[in-house]
Amino acid sequence: MTNTQTIQFPASTLEKVHEIIKRYPEGKQKSALLPVLHLAQAEWKWCSPEVMDYVASLLNIKPVEVYEVASFYTMFHLEPVGDHVIEYCRTGPCCLMGGVEVYDHLKTKLGIETGETTANGKFTIKEVECLAACGWGPVFQIREKYYMNLTTQKVDEIIEELSK
Amino acid sequence: MKILTEHIDVQGIETIDVFRKHGGYAAVEKALKKMTPDEVTEEVKKSGLRGRGGAGFPMGMKWSFLAKPEGIPRYLVCNADESEPGTFKDHYLMMKSPHTLIEGMIVSSYALGANTSYIYIRGELMYVATILEKAIQEARDKGLLGKNILGSGYDLDLHVQLGGGAYICGEETALLESLEGKRGNPRNKPPFPAVKGLWQCPTVVNNVESIAATSWIVNNGGDEYAKIGIGRSTGTKLISVSGHVRKPGVYELPLGITVEDFIYADEWCGGIRDGHKLKAVVAGGSSVPILPAELILKTTNGENRLMSYESLSDGGFATGTMLGSGGFVVMDETTCIVHNTLTFGRFYHHESCGQCSPCREGTGWMDKVLYRIEHGQGRQEDIDLLVDVAKKIEGNTICPLGDAAAWPVAAAIRHFRDEFEWHINHPEKATQKGAVFMREGASWSL
Repeated sequence: MTNTQTIQFPASTLEKVHEIIKRYPEGKQKSALLPVLHLAQAEWKWCSPEVMDYVASLLNIKPVEVYEVASFYTMFHLEPVGDHVIEYCRTGPCCLMGGVEVYDHLKTKLGIETGETTANGKFTIKEVECLAACGWGPVFQIREKYYMNLTTQKVDEIIEELSK
Repeated sequence: MKILTEHIDVQGIETIDVFRKHGGYAAVEKALKKMTPDEVTEEVKKSGLRGRGGAGFPMGMKWSFLAKPEGIPRYLVCNADESEPGTFKDHYLMMKSPHTLIEGMIVSSYALGANTSYIYIRGELMYVATILEKAIQEARDKGLLGKNILGSGYDLDLHVQLGGGAYICGEETALLESLEGKRGNPRNKPPFPAVKGLWQCPTVVNNVESIAATSWIVNNGGDEYAKIGIGRSTGTKLISVSGHVRKPGVYELPLGITVEDFIYADEWCGGIRDGHKLKAVVAGGSSVPILPAELILKTTNGENRLMSYESLSDGGFATGTMLGSGGFVVMDETTCIVHNTLTFGRFYHHESCGQCSPCREGTGWMDKVLYRIEHGQGRQEDIDLLVDVAKKIEGNTICPLGDAAAWPVAAAIRHFRDEFEWHINHPEKATQKGAVFMREGASWSL
C-alpha cells in the first residue's frame, strides 16, 4: 500500500496550485480540480486513489468529488501507465487518411494492443476520439505533443527516438 | 477577404510586438477609449455575426440577453473546447495567432461588463494553452490586461482553463459545469447561462472564432462586416478541411462562394487528390448530414450550392445539410460510408455523458448495430432499426448531443442505403480489406 504521506507536490508545483486557485472567486476553489489533476498526472503519471485523495485535501473537497470527475474525463489515467502514453485518434477523418493501417503498425511494432503497456514499462497505447487536428491526420498525442501526418515510417522513427 | 487570418503566416505574429505592428490591439484602444460597452454591442449586432461554434445563433442577440443585476459579477467564457470531428479551425487560429483571440476577449469582455474572463480549452491542446498563457502574460505586461487597462478605468483578468477530454464540454452548460470542477453534464434550460451561468452568475459563452471577429467589427464597424458574405450569412468563416483533397487545412473564406469552387479551385482545396473522384462531403462537422457529390455541389433546384448557412441547409435534411462548425470532411470513391458512419457512431457513444436515457442507450445501440454491419454480421432489419433508434434519440435529450448522434446515422442511410444493404447481403465481399461498394452509374464510380 502506498503511504499517502509520501504524496506531496514539490514546492514549485504547490505554488502553481495556489496561483490557479486564485483565478476563481473565494470559495470556488473546486474549479481548480481539472488543472490540478493535470499537474498531478504530470507528477505521478496516473491518478491513483492516493493521488486523488491528496488532490481532494489540497482543494478542501471530498475525495468522491475528485473520483467522479477523474473518471468522467478521458485524459485522466486511473490505472498505471507506461512512461510514454501514445493516444491515437480513431475518429473518421484520421481513418480516411490511413489511420487504421498506421495504428495497426504501431501496435505490431510495440507488440501490444490498445490499453496495454509494454513489458519494459516504456509505452502504453490508448485510443481516443478526435484530437482536433483532422487535416493533419493520422494523429497521435504523447502528453502535450502532437505527432501529425503519421506514416508507418514516421511511427518507426518516433518509437526509436523515444526508446533511447 | 481575410479578417482573422490576414497576418497569420507573418513570422513572429504570436508575439505581441509583431502582432501590434500589424494593427493588433487597435480595437482595444478604440473600444475602451472611444466607445461605451453598449456601442460595442450595437456594432456586433449590426454585423450580423453568427456564432461560429456550430449553432449559428446571432452573437449580438446572445449578448443582449445577458442579465445585468447590480452587484453581481458577469462572466465571458470562451469556448475553445473544439472537439467536433472534422473541426480544427480554433486550434489553428490559437496556435498561430494567440493575440487575435486575446484582443477579441478584451473587447468582448468590455462590451459585456465582465471583469474576469476564462478561455476554456480542451485539455488535449495543452501546448496551445501554454501559447495562450504566454501571450496573456505579454498583454498584461503591456497594460492590455489587469487593472485600469490603457488608463480607461476598465479592469480585466483573463485565465486559461484546461478541460479533461470530453466532447460534451463543448455544450455551453456542460462547459460551465466543467469549469466549476464537476463532471460535464449539461444543465436543464432554463435558466439560461445569460441569467444563471458560471457559479450561478450571468454568463456569456462564445466560440473562439466568434470572439476573434469582434476586433475587426470594432475597428471597421458592424455595417462593413455585414457587407462581406451573402444575405444573413455575413462575414468570413474559417473552414477546416480534412480528407481526400489536394490541400487539407484551414481556410478563411467570405461566406457565399460556391462549394464547387471551394473544393476544386487552386485558391482553396485544389480539388480531389490525384486520380480520384468526389463521393461525399460532411460539410459542417461530424454531426451534420453527409451529402453525396451531386447534392453537395448543387441543390435539387439545380442551383449551385454555396458556402453559407442558408444554401447548405437548402432542401432541409432531405437533400441539404448545415454549415455547422465548418468542419469540412471530403471523401473520395475509396471511402466506405459504413465504416465512416461507424467511427462517428462510436464517437457519440463514447462521448454521451449518460444523463439522458435516449442518448445513453441509443448511441450504444447504434454503435453496436453499425459495428455488426461493418463486420459482416448485419441483419436485414438492422437498417430500419438504426433509423428507428436515431428517431427516438432526436429531440428527446437535454442537450444537442443526442441530435448530433442521430443525424449522421440517419443521413448516411438516407443517401447511401444501398451501401448498407451491400454490407448485409454480401458480408464476404464487404469485409475484405479495402472493399468499397460502387454504385452503378454514380459520378464517383470507377
